[in-house]
Amino acid sequence: MSEFVVRLGPLSVRVRRRAVAVVAVLLAVGAAVGAAAILYGEYTSTPAQALDALRGRGDVLAQVFVREVRLPRALAAVVVGAALGASGAIFQAVSGNPLGSPDIIGFTVGAATGAVTTIVLFGGTPAQVAAGALAGGSATAALVYLLARRDGGVAGPRLVLVGVGVGAVLSAVNSLLLVRSSLAAAQTAAVWLAGSLNAMSWATVTVAGGAGVLLCVLATLLSRPLGLLVMGDELAGGLGIRPQGVRAASIGVGVALVSLATAIAGPIAFVALAAPQLAGRLTRSPGPAVAPSMAMGAALVLCCDQVAQRLFAPVQLPVGVVTGSLGGAYMIWLLTREVRQRRR
Amino acid sequence: MTAAPPRVESRVEADARTRARHRRRRRALVVLAGLALLAVGVAASLSVGSRPVPLDEVWRALADPDGSVAGSVVRGQRLPRTLLAIEVGAALGVAGAVMQALTRNPLADPGILGVNAGASLAVVAAVALSGFVGIWFYLWFAFAGAAFAAVAVYLLGTVAGAFATPARLALGGVAVSAAAGSLVQTVILTDQRAFNEFRFWAAGSLEGRRWGILLAVTPFVVVGLLLAAAVAPALNALALGAEAGAALGARPRLTAAGAMAAVTLLCGAATAAAGPIGFVGLGVPLLARALVGPDQRWIGPVTLLYAPVLVLLADVAGRRLVPGAEVQVGIVTAVVGGPVFVAIVRRRRVAT
Repeated sequence: MSEFVVRLGPLSVRVRRRAVAVVAVLLAVGAAVGAAAILYGEYTSTPAQALDALRGRGDVLAQVFVREVRLPRALAAVVVGAALGASGAIFQAVSGNPLGSPDIIGFTVGAATGAVTTIVLFGGTPAQVAAGALAGGSATAALVYLLARRDGGVAGPRLVLVGVGVGAVLSAVNSLLLVRSSLAAAQTAAVWLAGSLNAMSWATVTVAGGAGVLLCVLATLLSRPLGLLVMGDELAGGLGIRPQGVRAASIGVGVALVSLATAIAGPIAFVALAAPQLAGRLTRSPGPAVAPSMAMGAALVLCCDQVAQRLFAPVQLPVGVVTGSLGGAYMIWLLTREVRQRRR
Repeated sequence: MTAAPPRVESRVEADARTRARHRRRRRALVVLAGLALLAVGVAASLSVGSRPVPLDEVWRALADPDGSVAGSVVRGQRLPRTLLAIEVGAALGVAGAVMQALTRNPLADPGILGVNAGASLAVVAAVALSGFVGIWFYLWFAFAGAAFAAVAVYLLGTVAGAFATPARLALGGVAVSAAAGSLVQTVILTDQRAFNEFRFWAAGSLEGRRWGILLAVTPFVVVGLLLAAAVAPALNALALGAEAGAALGARPRLTAAGAMAAVTLLCGAATAAAGPIGFVGLGVPLLARALVGPDQRWIGPVTLLYAPVLVLLADVAGRRLVPGAEVQVGIVTAVVGGPVFVAIVRRRRVAT
């Protein structure tokens, strides 16, 4: 039997065994990489030392590195990855397009416009840049949604096309800003555009973690009605779902998730697009695999951040650079393997 | 009893006739408007610039060269630049139309083949490693990078002899683009000089392109356009899906290979000559589809007409937008084309 049902009082969830296995493996990978992230680095500690440091005992240097630097950074990677994975799964389902990602509603490019404007024109601090990114991204998403509205609802294809048009204009504005600014400002902007998890504080991680958990729960709850939308609005309506309501709610949650990730770490490339694809291929799920996408996103960002920190140490790469190349390579490998299996 | 059915049938037929007439008139109007815009664009491109040349002087310079300064500006700089704008526009637009038909995905633009990312990586790596700069230097590196990326994506989509499904091809392209894009970022974040060159090249520009560049890329564009025209009917049949298309006599694998080769030649040449110009390949075929319907045999030619118009007008506008410096054509195409595109998408029912 490939599926079973979990009952909790009046609630029941149908779960696919393969999805559970995939999530379990991804969580194990994430935990192992997370442990390595906390133990190793310029200052290596044993597990016992690390446990002591977490409880506020032992070597002061170990306490600083383990508790104040590595742990928040690892947690931030998990939050950012899970948020990006979930929002990617949502947008691919809403748009009915395997190339769908938060980019289709213009969020990412709008956030970049906000951030680059803040850097180039106002020379903003990191906090101001994050605020600029959020403002730009949300305003763009709202604009695309409103422009794509027609007859009181939003259809997937029109949303995609309007997003393409608005995104094209804004990315031209971004490149205009980069060409017209001084070299120093343009370089600062390029660093932000790469996306990075450097200098994570507990304050950031606590707030973001709380918001992330809440949004991820909402996304998981939405995954089932979203999966039914694939059959078409009329059929889904017949099954007791309000298609426009579900779509609007999903877009809202998806934008909130990607805002969260972008505010923490800047636009980390490719995770939102790749995580749902990778998770869907591993679980062989027919519908949107929101929970596996979250686990995949978290594992991806954690692993990539480790590679980014260690590959050319002491030179630190931005994590976004690695997610693109490593995620891309992983996807290439998965695609080739799939073809070989099908031929057998 | 027997009189009623023929009357119903004839009304249906009359409806169909009216619709066909409307479509014909609409298509004729679209083509005429495009030709008029192209003429305006060419005239403006020859006349407008930091040294404006009146139209009668342009005509004299072309018809009866007398060695004046205006004449040499028009013949030596503006004419090749204008022709290159037309060529780049045509190449990108047609490549986009072919890609969208082949992958059956409205989000597919030439960039999705990894062409832009491959060209960018080659240019950035070449600048970082050798330190040379200049358009002739970029030309061949960009072309090589674009071709390399496209071949990689094609092999990925068809690895081990399996037929590339549209979604796989698109995902393969996205994966290769992401990997190459990350490498580009790695280089530009660590090499200030490469970054400075790259930000100008990546905006896409036609500034300073003369006859040499035009002649260097023209053969590739011509072969690419011919290939695209050759595969267009098969792409139409394949729009119904690989099986249905094959039943109609199309050969999916051969068509895909031909289409990819065409796109590689077209985009590689355009990107090599002008840098990665976005939006033209994505937006104009969608615009054509909205204007004349989903028939590839019409989308292709209408794209071929309107994409050069967009690039030409954007290039002309870029020369005068900001005093003292040119705004790169790649920026203006998107800023001008984007809102038009959104307006049309909002107004019309779009078949995707």
